[in-house]
Amino acid sequence: MNSLHISAATEVTAESIKDTGLLNMIIFGVFVAVTLVVVLRASRNNKTAADYYAAGRSFTGPQNGTAIAGDYLSAASFLGIVGAIAVNGYDGFLYSIGFLVAWLVALLLVAEMLRNTGKFTMADVLSFRLKQRPVRIAAAITTLAVCFFYLLAQMAGAGGLVSLLMGIDGKIGQSLVITVVGALMIIYVLIGGMKGTTWVQIIKAFLLIAGAAIMTVWVLALHDFNLSDLLGAAVETTGNPAILDPGLQYGKSDTSKLDFVSLGLALVLGTAALPHVLMRFYTVPTAKEARRSVVWAIWLIGIFYLFTLVLGYGAAALIGSDAITGAPGGVNSAAPLLAFALGGPVLLGLISAVAFATILAVVAGLTITAAASFAHDIYANVIRKGQVDADGEVKVARTTVVVIGIISILGGIGAQGQNVAFLVALAFAVAASANLPTIVYSLYWRKFSTQGALWSMYGGLGSAILLIAFSPVVSGLETSMIPSADFQWFPLNNPGIVSIPLAFFLGWLGTVLDKNTESAIKQAEMEVRSLTGVGAEKAVDH
Amino acid sequence: MAEEQPVSHAAHPDQVDFREVQSSPEFQELRKRQRSFIFPMAVVFLVWYFAYVLLADYAHGFMSTPVIGNINVGLILGLLQFVSTFGITMAYVSYANRRMDPIAADLRHDLEAHGVSRPEETK
Repeated sequence: MNSLHISAATEVTAESIKDTGLLNMIIFGVFVAVTLVVVLRASRNNKTAADYYAAGRSFTGPQNGTAIAGDYLSAASFLGIVGAIAVNGYDGFLYSIGFLVAWLVALLLVAEMLRNTGKFTMADVLSFRLKQRPVRIAAAITTLAVCFFYLLAQMAGAGGLVSLLMGIDGKIGQSLVITVVGALMIIYVLIGGMKGTTWVQIIKAFLLIAGAAIMTVWVLALHDFNLSDLLGAAVETTGNPAILDPGLQYGKSDTSKLDFVSLGLALVLGTAALPHVLMRFYTVPTAKEARRSVVWAIWLIGIFYLFTLVLGYGAAALIGSDAITGAPGGVNSAAPLLAFALGGPVLLGLISAVAFATILAVVAGLTITAAASFAHDIYANVIRKGQVDADGEVKVARTTVVVIGIISILGGIGAQGQNVAFLVALAFAVAASANLPTIVYSLYWRKFSTQGALWSMYGGLGSAILLIAFSPVVSGLETSMIPSADFQWFPLNNPGIVSIPLAFFLGWLGTVLDKNTESAIKQAEMEVRSLTGVGAEKAVDH
Repeated sequence: MAEEQPVSHAAHPDQVDFREVQSSPEFQELRKRQRSFIFPMAVVFLVWYFAYVLLADYAHGFMSTPVIGNINVGLILGLLQFVSTFGITMAYVSYANRRMDPIAADLRHDLEAHGVSRPEETK
C-alpha cells in the first residue's frame, strides 16, 4: 500500500493534468448539452410568475430536497472543504459540521412557517404584517447583498478550477472561462426559470453525490476500509501529525481562536437566512412538503459531508499538503488532484465536470433569487405598488437576470484566487446578521415592529460589511484583497460574532422604542396562517 | 399552474376574525405543541454545537486524545454532531406528523370552509 501512495504522489503534477484539458472540456460539454435539453423541456409551460419564480410549486419534497442539496453543496463544499481538510486537517472538518447543523435552524424554526406565509421571496414574509415599502426595500437590499457575496465565491471557484484543469495560469484565460460559465448561467435562468434551474440542481446533486461516493469508497478501499489507517497514511504523507487535531488553522493565536467562534456562529445561523435556500421552500405545494424537503436535504448533505472527510484526508494521504498548495488553483485543487491520483484522466474529467456543474447550478439558483427579489419586491411592489401583471414582472426579472449575470462575471474576474470556502463564510455572516434576526422575530415575536425590522436588517448588513471592509481580509496583510493598502483595525476575518448579536439587539431595541404598534389583527392572521397553512399558495390538501 | 390566476375574494377573509381563531383553544394547543418542541430543541442543539466548537477551539489537548488507533476524541465528537443532527431531524418529523399536523389540518379545513383564501398583501 505504501508504495502505491508514493507512486501516486509523484505522478500527480500540474504538467500531467494539463494534457487532459481537452477530455475535461468534452465531458463538461456533454453535461451542458444534456442539461440544456432538460431546461428547454422544463421551460415549455413557464407562463406565470409562479411558474418562473417557484416552478409552479409543483415539485415534491424529495425532488426539492435533492435540489436544495444541489443548491447548497456549492463549490465551497466540494472543492473548498476537501481542500481545507487536506491542508488544514481537522479545522477543515469543522466547516462541514457548521454547514450541516445549521439545517436544524431551517427545519425547526423557518421552513414550514415561511412556506405558509410567503409567496416568492423573504420580503413576502416580513411585509405580511409590517409596513410594505420600507421592509420590502430593506429585505431586497440584504437579499441582493448576500447573493452578490455568494456569487463572487462561486465565480472565483470557477476560475480556480480552470487554472488547475487546463493549466491556465494567465488571468485572461481564467477570465474567459468565468465569462463562459456566467453566460451559460444566464441562458439557463433566462430560459428555464425556477423549473429549469431546479432540474439542473437535481441532476447536479445526483452527479456530485455519486461522484463523491465513488471516490470515497475508492479511497477507503485503498486503506482496507479502515478509517484509522487512512488517517495514519495522511499523517505519514504530510509528515504532520497535527493534521488530525484541531488548531492547525485557527489555533495559532487568541485572535484566530476567536475568529473561529465567529465563523461557527455565522455558519450555524446563516444557512436558514440564505435567500436562495429560502426561495426553494416556495417550489413545493405545502408546508408538509417543505418539511420533507429539508429532511431529504439534511440526509443528502450530511452524507456528502461525511464523504468529504474521507476525501480530504484521502487527498492528504495520496497527494500531500505541499503538492496541493503548490498546484495551480491551490487549496481548491485537492479534490480534482485526488480524482487524478485515483482514476487518472477519465475520473479527473468526470469530477471536474461535476465541479463545473456544481458552480453552474449554484450560480443559477443565486441569480434567479436575486432577480426575483428585484422584480417582485422592488419593481412590482415598491415602484409599481402592485399595479403590474405577472407578465410585466417576469419580463423585469428576466432583464435583471442578464444584469446580475454580467455583474457576477465582472466580480468573479476580480475575485480570482480567493479561497472559496472562506468567501462563502462571509456570505453566511452577512445572511446571519442581516436576515435571520428579522425572520425569527417576525415569525415568533408578537410585538415585533417595522422599526425593529429596519434597524436589525440595516444594522446587521451595515456592521457586517463595514467590519469586513476593515478586516485583514481586505487590507493589511499579504494575503488580503488589497495587499498594498493597510486600513484594517478589526482583527477578525469573520464579522459574525459582533454583527449577529448586534442585529438581534437592534431588532429588539427598534421594536421597544417604536412609537407605532403593528396591527394586532394582521399579527393574528399571520400566526394562524403560518401554523395552519390555511390559504397558502396552491392550497391543495393532501 | 392555474393557482396563480387572481382569486376572487367572494368571501372576504375579513369575515373571519383571526384574533378569535388565534385565541381559540385548538389554535393555542397547536401553538403550544409547536413551541414546546422547537424552542427547547433549538437550545439543545445550539448549546451542543457551541460546546463542540469551543472544545475544538480551546481544548486541543482533550480533543487530540487518541481513542481507537488514529481516531481521536475530536473526530468522534464531530461525528456525533452528525448523529445528533440526523436524530433531531427524525424526532421532529415524527413529532410534527403525530402531534401538530392533525390539529393544523382541522383548523385549516374549518377556516377554508369559511372562505379564507390567500392573504391580500401577498397576492
